[in-house]
Amino acid sequence: MAGREVTQGWIPAFAGMTRRFGKGLPKGDGVGRGLTAWRAAAERLRGAWSPGYSVAAAVAVLLILGFLPFVKMGLVVNGFVLGAIIATGAIGLTLIYGNLNFANIAHGDYMAMGAYVAFFVVTDLLSAVGIQGQGFGPFTFGYPLLIALPLAAAVVALGAVVLDVAVYRRLRNRKVNAVVMAMASLGLAIAVRGLIQIIWTGEKLQFPRESRQVYHLPMDARIPPDSIFIAGLAVVLVVGVYLLLTRTKIGKAMRATADNPDLARVTGIPTERVIWATWAIGGGLAAIAGILLAVFQAQLLPSMGWEFLIPLFAAVILGGIGNPYGALVGALVIGVSMEVSTQWITPSYKHAVAFIIMIVLLLARPRGLLGRSS
Amino acid sequence: MALLEARDIVAGYGETQILHGVSLVVNEGEIVTIIGPNGCGKSTFMKAVVGLVRVRTGSVTFRGTDITDYPPERVVRTGLCYVPQSANVFPSLSIRENLEMGAFIRGDDARARIDEMFGLFPDLARRPTARAGSLSGGQRQMLALARALMLDPVLLLLDEPSAGLSPAIMGMVFERIREINATGVALLLVEQQAREALQVSDRGYVLSGGENRLEDGGPALLDNPEVARLYLGG
Repeated sequence: MAGREVTQGWIPAFAGMTRRFGKGLPKGDGVGRGLTAWRAAAERLRGAWSPGYSVAAAVAVLLILGFLPFVKMGLVVNGFVLGAIIATGAIGLTLIYGNLNFANIAHGDYMAMGAYVAFFVVTDLLSAVGIQGQGFGPFTFGYPLLIALPLAAAVVALGAVVLDVAVYRRLRNRKVNAVVMAMASLGLAIAVRGLIQIIWTGEKLQFPRESRQVYHLPMDARIPPDSIFIAGLAVVLVVGVYLLLTRTKIGKAMRATADNPDLARVTGIPTERVIWATWAIGGGLAAIAGILLAVFQAQLLPSMGWEFLIPLFAAVILGGIGNPYGALVGALVIGVSMEVSTQWITPSYKHAVAFIIMIVLLLARPRGLLGRSS
Repeated sequence: MALLEARDIVAGYGETQILHGVSLVVNEGEIVTIIGPNGCGKSTFMKAVVGLVRVRTGSVTFRGTDITDYPPERVVRTGLCYVPQSANVFPSLSIRENLEMGAFIRGDDARARIDEMFGLFPDLARRPTARAGSLSGGQRQMLALARALMLDPVLLLLDEPSAGLSPAIMGMVFERIREINATGVALLLVEQQAREALQVSDRGYVLSGGENRLEDGGPALLDNPEVARLYLGG
């Protein structure tokens, strides 16, 4: 789907070039035939291009980066893990943008809420019934977290739908513009963070954990088992979202509504229900991203989601707003850039790297790398 | 009995009122065309009928039911399907997915109906996985028609089906319109190509300044000297 747009930059340009060069040549001439064959091949490639190729290409390019002598492979590996977390949040954010046409500034705080709900489930709910533990297999966290993951996702998904009905739907029905919607989401962002601070205070918290040995990879790279869990779960979720969008009726209806909400309505698609589904999926993914971030950073802070907004938006913009495959590619690029930058600059500045990439991209190519041409 | 009856429709956008009381009737099995100058409210009238623009006063009755205040997603369930003038397909969805969306509210498996549509529009059957956004203007128009037909409508509303098409493709679209009508579907068209549209129409309406101006049989309107002077280019 959207991945095909990436080719529209260069392959048609190339096809146009070969057409121009081929024009003056007599038909049947060897060079002319060769160009025709090349053009046909380019057309075939264009037709066969799928979003998966964009993702594979991004992964390949970023991996090659790690083999450069002046880049540490370990940081690239870490970057992929961070990218996986960004992707889990950014895909939801971009789906919401595509369907509701506004930037949900509260998305980061939905992430934080997910992490805190999971914390509550692990430390209060489950331990009250005697389920507790840490250091599950090779991981630092305990198996109760695996129970908390879907529960927290469900709670935040439901919360996102309730907030839509309570706030966003009222604004939508009044046909307010995107800025008002974004400001409303800024208000909700502050409210959600405030709620977290009231319930769990502003102190640093941690999931119950036990130290674990890291795995050693070639090229002096090390990876904690937790990171493998994070990346693995993110891959499962991304594949799940892909299947949902391309194989299920509600997923196709989500894409249709993102394309043209009015046409969706006259076609008979219940767009309000589609919007709820979008919030539920976006909220659930945000919650899981928040939990994964808390595992990755080994801490929970009320501001963790808010501070994560810049990498999220950078990934969304990099991939072309509203394009979930683009968000995935953008997330990997941003994640690796942020981690690799720490080789030269202080790690606390790594969010600035995402910010700079976002600004440069907004100036140079506001549609994003995989942006829609319209 | 009239299939669709719109009575004294007043509608517009925001402060601007576009329609000042338009009335129109479509009978079962008819092709009816609305013509008129740009900005006379033809498209607004259609949007008011399908619920995209709110009807301020007046009423729309379809198959004996008052559908005046129905939202679009409810209107479509009554058997009335609408094809907007532009942006009438989902560009990032494939041809097949567009047709599946057309059948969203059908309870059954839409596959048989999709195959029927591929029979009616063989051009679409060639590459069912092609993105609608990559299609030519004519193919898009065919896909938009097929999408609207997925629900077996009783009445089809087409807003300028020939807009932006070459004369040859335009002829093909009107050919399809006649075929669709032959299967018993009534059609209401809005057209700039007044001559071509009136030729296939049972009746026609001329709107002007958001009001009814004339109403007559299709061929009779073609012969009307005033219509010829104003809308058919002499």
